[in-house]
Amino acid sequence: MKMRILAGTCALAAFALSGLSAVADPADDTLVVNGEIQMITHTDKAPDYIDGLSEQYSGWHFREADTRVMQADDFDNPGMLGVEAATEVWNAVDGSEGKACASCHEAPESMAGVRTQMPSFNEAKGEMYTMEMYINECRAERMGAEAWDWDSSDMVNMTALISSVSRGMPMNVAVDGPAQSYWEKGKEMYYTRYGQLELACSNCHEDNYGNFIRADHLSQGQINGFPVYRLKDAKLSSIHNRFKGCIRDTRGETFKPGSPELIALELYVASRGNGLSVEGPSVRN
Amino acid sequence: MAKDVKPRVKVPSSAAAGDVVTIKTLISHPMESGQRKDKDGSLIPRSIINRFTCDFNGQNVIDVTLEPAISTNPYFEFDAKVDAAGEFKFTWYDDDGSVYEETKAIEVA
Repeated sequence: MKMRILAGTCALAAFALSGLSAVADPADDTLVVNGEIQMITHTDKAPDYIDGLSEQYSGWHFREADTRVMQADDFDNPGMLGVEAATEVWNAVDGSEGKACASCHEAPESMAGVRTQMPSFNEAKGEMYTMEMYINECRAERMGAEAWDWDSSDMVNMTALISSVSRGMPMNVAVDGPAQSYWEKGKEMYYTRYGQLELACSNCHEDNYGNFIRADHLSQGQINGFPVYRLKDAKLSSIHNRFKGCIRDTRGETFKPGSPELIALELYVASRGNGLSVEGPSVRN
Repeated sequence: MAKDVKPRVKVPSSAAAGDVVTIKTLISHPMESGQRKDKDGSLIPRSIINRFTCDFNGQNVIDVTLEPAISTNPYFEFDAKVDAAGEFKFTWYDDDGSVYEETKAIEVA
């Protein structure tokens, strides 16, 4: 009996030690970009309609110190290369109407706040629209230009530019009214197990965030930082591209970027991050 | 010639004489290693930045040889001692013979 108590004490001590070294815990750190944009990367309370999250952490907290520092300065953040490229495209005339983005929207800064509400219900079209869809709507209907592929570098760079001017503002997607049915669908997907490994989004990003998945730390799967510059890909990655990668990792047949399923999932996942600052383009593994 | 190559440099605009300043440079470049194959199985030719130099008022500060294992968009951060006002000159040498240059002036307060 005494032996068992001793063993129990040892286990407790080991647990306390691992807590101290904080290998897998979210890093206790704050993010200020360029010394001026204060980021909300942690909240004590998730929105009421989110079950299963007591607090919100941006994926930034789960990265190593050197990766976190990279995002704190625009010069060091390789995602800003995409923003620079998109700024040129923003001002370049394209399509049959002889217009550039700048012809109607003037400076990219006029887009401040847009990213916080994406995806949103498009009243005129009667469906849920992501930023990619709004961009292509503009290109096809107002510029007379060719629509971009969802994952083309032009598209991802443009979403990075539009996100970058909202950095620091809290995410605030609407989940009620016409958005509600999409949100319910996204929520159902979030808790549905997919693939041969039978994993739901929640199994990793709700039940196990902070724990290791192979050699990496699981985040809460927040999308406030998208598009993200992934160091392993050395390029910017869209939200749907990341979803696709996650579902592939469950050994499931994935949905296509731009499919109704991923749009609904994007809305639900975005709502889990309501209150966290827009970080895009962020830097992640 | 590699596409979309664009150098970026960050140098403080002024410093006190004798100060050591931190310089950051980044050039957008694919840094194709020459080890990868395309969809047809043929080798994608090597295309990298193979040398980077920085001079201050004609005096060399750093001279770097880059190898194929260096990632896309090579980034360098280094320190330089500034004794007098002048100009930093940065030069990147591409495998294809292209040379990319950038200059930044610094004042001494």
